[in-house]
Order: sequence, then C-alpha cells, then structure tokens
Amino acid sequence: MKINFNLNGNDRTFETEPNEKVLDFLRRIGLKGVKRGCETGDCGACAIILDGKIINSCMLYTGQIDGHSITTIEGLGDNQNPHLIQETFVDEGAVQCGFCTPGMILATKALLDKTPNPTLEEIKNGLSGNLCRCTGYVKIEKAVVESAKKLGGKNV
Amino acid sequence: MFKEVNKSVKKVDGISLATGKALFVDDQNFEGLLYGKFLRSPIPHGIIKSIDTSEADKLPGVETIIHYFNSSHIPHTTAGQGYPEPSPYDTYMFDKKVRFVGDNVAFIAATSREIAEEAIKKIKVEYEELPAVLNLHDAMKDNAPKIHDEADSFGIFDKDKNLAGGVEVNVGDVKKGLEEAEIRVDYSVDTHYSQHTPIEPHICITYLDEKGRLIIRTSTQVPFHVRRICAMVLETPEKNIRVIKPRIGGAFGTKQEVYLEYYAGKATLLTGKPVKIELTREEEFISRTRHPMYVNVKLGADKTGKIHTINMDVISNTGAYGSHALTVMFNSGSKCLPLYKAENVRFNGKTVYTNLPVAGAYRGYGATQGYAALEQVLDILAEKVGKDPVEIRKMNHIQKGETSPIFKALGEGKEGAETFIKSIKLDEALDWGVEEINWQDRIPYTEKTGRYRKGKGMGIFMQGSGIPLVDMASAFIKINDDGSFNLQVGATDLGTGSDTVLSQIAAETLETTTDNIIIYSSDTDMTPFDVGAYASSTTYISGGAVNNAAEKVKKQIIKVAAEMLETHEDDIELRDTKAFSKKNNTSKTFGDIGKYALYINNQFQIGAIGSHISQVSPPPFMAVFVEIEVDTWTGKIKVLKYVCGVDCGTAINPKLAEGQVEGAIVNGLSYALTERYIFNEKGKMMNGSFQDYKIFNIEDLPELKVKLFPSYEPTGPYGAKSVSEIGINGPIPAIANALYNAVGVRAHKFPMYPEFILNKLEKNG
Repeated sequence: MKINFNLNGNDRTFETEPNEKVLDFLRRIGLKGVKRGCETGDCGACAIILDGKIINSCMLYTGQIDGHSITTIEGLGDNQNPHLIQETFVDEGAVQCGFCTPGMILATKALLDKTPNPTLEEIKNGLSGNLCRCTGYVKIEKAVVESAKKLGGKNV
Repeated sequence: MFKEVNKSVKKVDGISLATGKALFVDDQNFEGLLYGKFLRSPIPHGIIKSIDTSEADKLPGVETIIHYFNSSHIPHTTAGQGYPEPSPYDTYMFDKKVRFVGDNVAFIAATSREIAEEAIKKIKVEYEELPAVLNLHDAMKDNAPKIHDEADSFGIFDKDKNLAGGVEVNVGDVKKGLEEAEIRVDYSVDTHYSQHTPIEPHICITYLDEKGRLIIRTSTQVPFHVRRICAMVLETPEKNIRVIKPRIGGAFGTKQEVYLEYYAGKATLLTGKPVKIELTREEEFISRTRHPMYVNVKLGADKTGKIHTINMDVISNTGAYGSHALTVMFNSGSKCLPLYKAENVRFNGKTVYTNLPVAGAYRGYGATQGYAALEQVLDILAEKVGKDPVEIRKMNHIQKGETSPIFKALGEGKEGAETFIKSIKLDEALDWGVEEINWQDRIPYTEKTGRYRKGKGMGIFMQGSGIPLVDMASAFIKINDDGSFNLQVGATDLGTGSDTVLSQIAAETLETTTDNIIIYSSDTDMTPFDVGAYASSTTYISGGAVNNAAEKVKKQIIKVAAEMLETHEDDIELRDTKAFSKKNNTSKTFGDIGKYALYINNQFQIGAIGSHISQVSPPPFMAVFVEIEVDTWTGKIKVLKYVCGVDCGTAINPKLAEGQVEGAIVNGLSYALTERYIFNEKGKMMNGSFQDYKIFNIEDLPELKVKLFPSYEPTGPYGAKSVSEIGINGPIPAIANALYNAVGVRAHKFPMYPEFILNKLEKNG
C-alpha cells in the first residue's frame, strides 16, 4: 500500500506493507537514528514526533502515519548544523552511549515546543517515557533546563 | 597546571550521537542479510534425546539450522577475560544437556525474522528431564543433582558439589580473634538477580569480506577476546577473523561476554551470507545477569569500635555456567576487605552452579554484593559501641601509605598484587557529605512516630583500577601533514567516553589540543591490542598506554624540530601545537614538522606504539549519604536525597566522570529498590520486560548530588584512577542503613520491596 506523509518537513510517498511497524519502516528507508530498544513501547529509544506529540514508533503501523507529519532526529540537525537542543545535550554531558539520545532529544523538543518554560515536574513528565541506563538522568534534566533557557521561551 | 586533561571537553563523538548519525551495529545495511534466532530450552535441566528439524528445513527461507547433533563440541568459557581465562571451560556451542530455562538448543538463520521465528516452532525436541537446583543454598547438598557432569569440561572447582569456584584465604587468626573480641557482629544478606539492561540489547552481524575472512561487527566490550574465543570455538586461526566494535549502546559488563558471535559466525561460514543476531528485550534478561550472593560477615572489635577481625563467607550463584564465576566472588573479598584495617582477616568464597539464568560481569563485579553486607555490619558495630557511623568508619578505614594483606592474597582468580594507598580523599568526602545531608540532625528510630518516617544512612566504598599484572593496553599514534594525529587504540568506548578521555591524554602529552587528535578504536585488524573495557581499567590502563605512545612521538617531534630549527634537542620546547627553539626564539608548527618528516629530508613516519600494564590497582574511594522516607502503612521506601563524594584521582574529564557516577548510582538505586527477577517453579524468569522489571526513569530520580574529590594517583595517567564502577556499590547498604534509622528494621533480602519491608515492620509490631 501507498502512504503519504510529511517526513521532516517534506511531503513524501512510500510503498509499505500494512503490517510494517513505523520503527522498521523508518530504519528501512535509512533513518537509523530511530533505535530499537524493546519493541514493547517501554523504552523510548524509537521515539518520533507525530503531529507535535512524542510517540514510540514501535507501537505504530505505517498506515497510522498516512496523512500525518512526523519528525525524526534526522529532521533536527546534522553534524555541520546541529539543533540547539542537540548541542546542549552534548555541552551538558547528557550523552553517554547515545542510544537513547535521539529519543530523549525528540522528547525534549516536543516538550519545549508545547511548554517553552517548563517546570522541573513538567520536564520529568515530558521525558518519563524515555529510559537511559548510562547517565542517571541528572545531566539530561540539566540539558533540558539549559535548552529551555537558551531558546528563551521561543518555539523552534 | 593541565591544559587538556582535567577539563570537561565535549565528548568527541557527542554531536554524531546527538544527531543520530553515529553508526551502531545495526545501522549499516547488508545485502542478503540472514536473521538468527535461538530455540531455547523450556526445561531447567535435562538431556536432549533427539532433535528433528525436518519440518523446519522445509520452510522456504531457512538457510541453516545448527544444534548439538551437527556441530562441534569445544569446551570454552563465554567470559571475555584475558588468556588463560580464570573462568571454567564448561560451555559448548551446543551440548546434549540443557541447564536452565532459556539455554540454547538450536540456532536458525533465515531470510527474515518472521521465517526464523516460524521455523523455531517447527523443530521437535525430545528431552529427558532431570531434577533441577533452583536455589543457591541447595546446590551443595549431598543429594543435589549434578549440573556439570560432562567429561570434557575443565577448570571447575568441584563438579560433584556443583562448585564452579572456591577459595579461602587467611591472615592472622580469625577464629581466635572472634572468640576474644569484646564486641562481635554477625550478619548475613542474600542479594538478588538483576540485569544490566543496556538500552541497546546484545547484537552482532557477521559477514565474509572479499578475501573470505570472517568479519564480526559486534556490540562488545572485548573485541580482542571475541576474536580469540571465536577462533577457538569455530576452529579457525585468529588471522581469519576481524572484530569491529562500532558505537555501542551501553554494556555495564553484560557485553564482556562472547556468546552470540560464534553462532552468527558459524552460520556465515556455512552459508557464505551475512547473519545478524539481535536479542529481544525478553531474551536480554536471560543473557547474562548479576551473580546473586549469600554474604555473611563476622566482625570482631574492641569496646572503642576498633576492628581487629573480619571474616567474610560468600556463596555466589553463577547459574547454569561459570562465566566470571571465580573472579566475581574473589572481588567480593578483594574490593571490600582492604577498606578496613584488621589484624585477622579471612575470606571464604564458593561459587555454585544452579539451573537458573547465567550470571556474568556486572558493574561492581562482586564488590556491590559484598558491600551490601559489610557496610550494614559497620553500622551495627557503631550502634553496639555507641559511636556515630561516620566516626566508626573514620577510625577504621585504610589510610594513605597503608596497605592490606588482602591486596596480595586475593587477585583475579589467583594471587593479587601488593598495593600501598598513595591517594585517598575519603575523609574530605565524608566531611562534605555530613554537611550536605545534615547528618547532625539524625535521630534514632525509637524517637520517630507517624505513618511517614524519615531516616538517614551512609556508607564508604572502594573499587580498583584495572587488573594489576594482567590487563595490558596499547595505543598507536602517528602524525599527519597538517600536524594532526591519528590515535589508534584497542580500548573500547562503551559510551563511557573513553575515546574522549584517551584523546585528552594524548593531547596533553603531545602539547596539542584534543580536537587535533583523530581517534579510532576497537578494531582487531586496525588497532593494537587492549584487553577491553572492564575492571574499571580504561582510563587508568589504556590511558597509560596512550601516554607512553605519546611520549615516544613527542621525542621524535623534538628530534625533527631540532633538525629544522638547527639547534639541539634540549633547546626544543613543545607548546600549543608548535616546537620552539628557546635559544633562537624561532618555531615550527606541528604541520611544518609533519610535512618535513613526510616529504622533505630524512623522511620517516613520526609515530609510535605504546603499551602499558600496571603493578598495582589503586582504589578510587567514595562516601555516600542518603535520606529516605518510609511509608509504614505500605512499606514503600522513597529516596529523598542521595549525596555521593568520589575520589577518582584526577578526573581527566570531570563532566564525564560525574556522569559515570550518576549513572552508576541510579542503576544502583533501582537495583536496591525495584529490580527483581520473578521465577516460576521451573526457574523461568517471568517478568522479562520493562513493564514488569522496573528500572528507574527520570521521574524516579531523587535529589542527587555528586561531587568529585580529586586526589593525585602517582601511578595513573596525570594522576587518574578509575570511576566507572564504584558508584553502584552505594545504594543498597546506604538505603538499608537509612531504613534502620527510619523504622528499626534491617534489610537482608533485596530488592527492598514494599511487601518485604511491611512484613518486617509487622513482625516488629
């Protein structure tokens, strides 16, 4: 079947099987920043932004993104031109192995787009679907706080 | 004093990771990739009578099925340790016996994951089930079933008693010491199963290169041990194998294990095709685990609280196979007992086989289990002699210039190395922690009432820095035309940041900047040898190798610079990526020097290899304080504040060092409070998902304060010691001590789950 959706700002059309998970689909078309950590919707390593909301792509079939907009980590920035949140995560030491990082950064973006000046509680809630075993979350929390400060309450 | 080290430079792979560009094992496409799946044993103990694959073979897309009856039978260990490994050779690619629910029975490689899963269901296996051992305390009983009765395994301590390993060391006279002690403490704990849960599960992809060599792309801590162990199991020389470790998604010890790569490799050799094995999250829980342990500590002290005698008895459960069986148990003694001075010390350790999931290396490596008992015992002693827990530790812990006979007596499965403490800032960390947690406001549980009761607890800890006289690391450095340097290391960055730390060390020695170092790590064809990332060794041991290589390169740069600047080598000073003649007040950039050496005159490649081993394993030290709140109606413990001061010598990269400690603490907090294995009556782990096995998320985080207390370790690179493991030792005993301070009950079983606490509270009335 054919699906049409907006991928990282561009309208795209892809051929897909109805039983294909969005996680597998995105990795198949080369978006390897979407990571497989549990496939049960618990770890957040495969998180993407769907119409402004953070969601685990292992829990979605491709038909469910037909007609929608999604953002993956590749849509935020790259080595030459990283997004401010990506830079801030690195500056704050919030990246260790980096496997959870794309999901964490997307969860941060989804949070800050909706809540530009989040309380600590809102930050914790916004990132509660993403597991990290390396950092102990301390520097991730700090990176979100710093990102919000640097963005000065503006959406990005 | 330092220019590049002791600075929080950005992680060299940080932006690549944050932009999702960095390549993990599965991020590269392979044409014609096959998917590997295991058929696993449904019974805990039994003999495979027959395997019928005829139905599975017929399934289109099934390329190969490997099992006991069509594969070779090479005894080996999956523990990725140096050669000869101190773990018993008790494991086979496939055996005719299965030893736990989940043991490998057959391996299928098929053109899709779905076909492989379908084929698994079509294999018929006939088992003769045997009685099983499902508890470590039952393993040594006279009538216990023998788990390893196979003829050709070796290195097992006592097959008849299900003993994978055993050791006893004695210093002084412990029996007499305990008999004559004015104060005695006798306390035991049972620690529990837990899993590392790296967010990237175990994964490897194998393929043949254009020359037909087997390439193993794998998420491993130990690429060189992968090559050696796979060569042995696949019966091919090491020269036919190349192991590449790309970025890896966390490890914590579970990837110090070589037990997927040779299955995929075998299937690639049989089919000529690339093969991928990626464990599911559920499989991850029965891959490798932490050794559960029974730990008993008997302590003899005088009335002032001065310790004279310590006896530690350990029974460690290694599960069905003896991976790290001996050494994890050794470390319960060797990483705990030297912390306290005593004339009489005895360590008696046994590691037993059971028909339960296989244990292995896990951050803390036995010390975590040992401290669960020892640091509670110190609090019990303090109470008995009427002293403050902080004071009792200060008067007994090892000091600068002192040694412990245990360093020499207990090594890595054999004798260790005598170690005098040359750097320690433990008392400074203690004093800071006392302030941070308001220790002086602590009141005994007897004065507390109400549903919610707060309590404060603490503990002190040490670990090691690499395995002395065993761990070897090497590094190669060469200069380029523009004065940049390639640094090639066998050291393995697990996400810990070692690529960054090692680049910083190279930059410091070479008088250049970290961004002028191009690091490439962990590729058995392209990088020199390193034992790998374990035993808290990378900064200390691999850092030493990088420093040695850099010193040699520095000498060559000075020689060329002297030639170019027409002066003596003594007159040359290196600074800011330049060489200066002090006398002539002239200079050349490293770019000039690189080009000169490569193209102009007396051409040669400026470059050198450096290796390093250490005679000692200097311990990092740590003081921990915690405040908790106990809900006496439900038994639930909430951690309010966790304070941790760590002496890791010079922190080469303070932010990354803090990150190591913070990560270890939060891992340790859920180990202490929520992580547990629920087994059914056959020893099958029933809760293998993140829904049912609770690791902390960001909402569970207490107020967490980590502070580094830099000492200077003269044997380490720029004064560094290790930092990666020690943090995980704190949560269990510190929280257990706080629990006692809150409600007057002691935790001896873990995790400290609400129903367990409630049960204890009810017993106390």
